[in-house]
Amino acid sequence: MASPAIEMEHLSKEYPYGFLHLKKRKSLEDLTMSVENGEVFGFLGPNGAGKSTTIKLLMRLIFPTSGTARILGKSIEDVAMHQEIGYLPEQPYFYDYLTAAELLDYFARFHKLTASDRQERVQRMLKKVGLETAKKIQLRKYSKGMLQRVGLAQAILHDPEVVVLDEPMSGLDPLGRREVRDLILELKKEGRTVLFSTHILSDAETLCDRVGVIVGGKLRGVGAPDEMVGIRAQGMEVLFELASSAKPFPLLGRATKTGERYRLQVAEAELYPALDELKSAGARISSVSQLKPTLEEFFMHLVDADRAQASAVEVSGK
Amino acid sequence: MNRRGMGRWLLGVLLLAGFAGVWQLQRRIDAQLKASQVEIDELAIRSPKLIKRMSLEYAPLVGAIYWTRAVQYYGDKHRLGDRKLDLLWPLLDIATTLDPQLIVAYRFGSTFLGEKPPAGAGQPELAVELLKQGLKENPDEWRLYYDLGFVYYVDMKDYAKASAAFEEGSKNPKAYIWMKVLAAKIAGEGESPETSYFLWQQVYNTTTDKYIKQNAADHLILMRAQLDLKQIDRLADAYEKKTGRRPTSMAELVEAGLLEGIMKDPDGYPYVLGESGKAELNLNSPLLEKTLMDKM
Amino acid sequence: MRKVWTVAANTFREAVRDRVLYNLVFFALLMMAAAILVGQISIGIEQSVIVSLGLTAISVIGIFIAVFIGVGLVSKEMDKRTLYALLAKPVERWQFLFGKFVGLVLTLAVNTAAMTVGLYLALWAVKHRLTGSDWYLISAVYLILLKLALIVALAMLFSCFTTPFLAILYTLGLYVAGLFAEELRTMKAISLSDSTMRMFRAISYMLPNFENFNVMGAVAHGRAVEVTLLLRDTGYALLYSLMVLAAAAMVFSRRNLK
Repeated sequence: MASPAIEMEHLSKEYPYGFLHLKKRKSLEDLTMSVENGEVFGFLGPNGAGKSTTIKLLMRLIFPTSGTARILGKSIEDVAMHQEIGYLPEQPYFYDYLTAAELLDYFARFHKLTASDRQERVQRMLKKVGLETAKKIQLRKYSKGMLQRVGLAQAILHDPEVVVLDEPMSGLDPLGRREVRDLILELKKEGRTVLFSTHILSDAETLCDRVGVIVGGKLRGVGAPDEMVGIRAQGMEVLFELASSAKPFPLLGRATKTGERYRLQVAEAELYPALDELKSAGARISSVSQLKPTLEEFFMHLVDADRAQASAVEVSGK
Repeated sequence: MNRRGMGRWLLGVLLLAGFAGVWQLQRRIDAQLKASQVEIDELAIRSPKLIKRMSLEYAPLVGAIYWTRAVQYYGDKHRLGDRKLDLLWPLLDIATTLDPQLIVAYRFGSTFLGEKPPAGAGQPELAVELLKQGLKENPDEWRLYYDLGFVYYVDMKDYAKASAAFEEGSKNPKAYIWMKVLAAKIAGEGESPETSYFLWQQVYNTTTDKYIKQNAADHLILMRAQLDLKQIDRLADAYEKKTGRRPTSMAELVEAGLLEGIMKDPDGYPYVLGESGKAELNLNSPLLEKTLMDKM
Repeated sequence: MRKVWTVAANTFREAVRDRVLYNLVFFALLMMAAAILVGQISIGIEQSVIVSLGLTAISVIGIFIAVFIGVGLVSKEMDKRTLYALLAKPVERWQFLFGKFVGLVLTLAVNTAAMTVGLYLALWAVKHRLTGSDWYLISAVYLILLKLALIVALAMLFSCFTTPFLAILYTLGLYVAGLFAEELRTMKAISLSDSTMRMFRAISYMLPNFENFNVMGAVAHGRAVEVTLLLRDTGYALLYSLMVLAAAAMVFSRRNLK
C-alpha cells in the first residue's frame, strides 16, 4: 500500500505563557492521524480546538514541541516538497498594492514553471475562481469573499498533489460555498488529496471521505462521516398543536413551545405511548420524524464533556 | 437658501471672524513680547563639544547655522551701537568646532574679535586663539597666517609675532608674493603708516564680506585723515620757518602759497588749525567722534 | 538566487506603489527648495549650506524610511499574515529575508537618486553652473546609501524578535550609538581601569561605525572623497549587513508565526 499523503505521529504543540513563561498551554496534544492519497479529509472542531495549529505545523509556519509529520513521504522540513503542496491560509490577506493577476504571478514564480506556462495558468485560475473581471484591481479593494477566491487560486495554480485548505468556506456566501465545494470535488476527481478544516459540519458530511474530529487539542475520532454519527441515536421527534381549552398532561413538561407549535423528543421505544397520550389530550399532531443525529450534536456533546472535565480539573485544583 | 446653505454661510462667517480675532490678538501679543524683550545675549548651550555630540553626523549643517547666527548677532549689535559683543567668541568657537573647515568664520572672527569696541569685541587674544585653531585644522590655508599677522600688528602691536606670522604664511607657494617683504619690513621697523595703510588696503580690496569691507573702509578713511593732518603740520612748520610764527588758520596757509585750497577731510569737512598751531579735524566732522572712540 | 530576486522585485513594486514614499521624497525636495532660501541668508557659505542641508535631508529621510519600513518588512507580513501563503511555497525563510532586504535597498537607492537630482537642481538654481567639485556629492550620497543598507539590515534583525515599536527604538538607538563608536574607542578617562578601557574598545569595534559614512564636511567645502574610503566602506557595509542578515535568518528560521 502506498504511503499516506499526510502522516502525523504524536504531534504536539505547547505554548508557554504567563510570568517568565513558566506555564504552558497545550494547543495540540499527541495527534496521530493520516490522510490517504486521493481522499478528501475533513478536519473538524470548534474554534480554538487545534485545527489551524495542526495545519500550520504541517506548513512549517510553527514548529512542533514534539512529534513528527510527513507529507508525500518526505519530512515537513523538506522545502522542495512544497512544490507539490497548495495551501490556503485562514482568513487570507495579501499584499495591498498588487492586483490579483500580479499576486498569482508572483506566487507562481516560486514554482518550476516556464513564463508562458505561468501566464496561461494565471489567466485560467482567475477565470476558474470567477475573478477575471477584477484581475486588474488592487487587492486592498477586494472583499473578504474575493480574497478567499484569490487564496484558492494561488493554492491550486501549480497543480499540487496535496491541497490543504484552512477554513476555505469562511467569508463566503452560500453561492461561494457551493463553488468551493464543487472545486474540492473537482480536485478529488483529478486524484488529488484534499485536507480541509471547517466548523461547518454539513459541508464535511457531504464532501468528505473521512473526517477527523478534534476538540480541546485532542483528536476524538476519525472515520467516515456516517460512522461518526452512528454513535448516538437520538430517537423521534413529534410536532403538535394544542387547543387552547386543552388540559395539561405529563408529557407537556418535556415539550418545547415555539409560537403555537410544540416539539417533543422521545426515545424510539416511547413513541406509541406518547402518541396515545397526546391524542387523549386532544393534541393535533402535525409531524412525526426520526431524529437523525448530526455531527453537530456529536461535537457539542464532546465540547460539553470537555468543559465539564476542565472545570472538574479546576475544582480539584490539579 | 435652504437651511443647509444658511448653516454653511454662518460657519464661513464665524471662521472669518475667528481668524480676524486671532490676528488681532497675535498683534497685541507680539507688541507685548517686544516690550519685555529679553536681550539677544542668550546662548543656552555653550559647550562646543556638547553641541557637536548633539548634532550627530550633521555637524557641518549645524555649524553653518551657528555661523549665520554669529553674523546676525554682530549685525544686530552693530546696528544698535551696542559695545558689548560677549557672544561673538562663543558663537564662532561653536561654529568652527562643528565645521573646522569654515574658513569664513575664522576670518570674520579674526577681524571682529580683535577690533576695539564698538567695531569689535576687543578680545585680540581670542582672535589669535581662533586663528591658531583654524591653522591647525587647515594648515594649507595661508590666508589665516595673513590674518594672524594682521591681528598681531594692528590689535596687539606685537611686531615680532606679526612678522613671524607673515613669514610663516609666505612659505606657502600660493600666498601673496609681498608677504615675505612685509615680514622683513615689520621685523625691521615695527609700526609704520605705510605698512598700516597697505594692510588695510589689502583687506579692503580682497574681502567679499560686507562687514569686513566696511570696517576696512572706516580705517582707511581715518588713516587718510591722519596722513592729511601730518602733512598740514609739515606745512605749518614750513610757514613758521618762513614767517616766524605759527599759522592760525588754513586761509593763511593758502595765502602763503603753501596750499592750493582749503583741504577737506574724507567726509568733506575742512581741516582747521588749532590754538597750538597744530592741524585738527573740524569740530563738525563725524570723523572726530571716530578718532576719539579709537583712542578709548 | 532567483527566488531572492523574485521577493526583492515584489518588495520594490509594493514600496513604489505605497504612496507614503512619494510623500517623503516630495518632502525632501521641498527641503532642497528651502535650502536655496537658507543659503541666501547664510553669509558667504551659500553653496556649503545647500550641500549640507541637502545631504542632511537625504540622510534623515533615508534613515526614516530605512527604519520604519525596514521594521515593517517582516513584522507587517507576520501581522497581516501575508507571509503564510508565501512560506508554504518552495522557498526558504532566509531567501524571503534577503529578498526583502534587497528590495528595500533598491527602493532606497531610487529614492536617494531622486533626491540627489533635486539637490543638483537646487545647486544649479543658485550657481547657474556646476563645476568639477560639485560631482563629489555623488560619493557622499553613495556612502549615505551604504549606511542606509546597514540600517535596514539592523531594522530587519530587530523586527524578527521584538515588537515593531521596540525594533524601531533599538534600531535608532544603535544608529546613535554607532555614531559615537569612535569616541568610545579613543576615550581617555583616568578613572577607568585598563580592562574597562579595553572592553570599551572591543565594544566600539563591534558597534556599527556609522561615522565611516559621513563625509558631509569635506563635500560641503568642495573636497574630494578618496576612492579607498569608498571601497573600504563598501566592504564594511556589505560584510556587516551580511552578518546581521545571517543572524536575522537564524532567528527567523525557528520563529513560530502566530
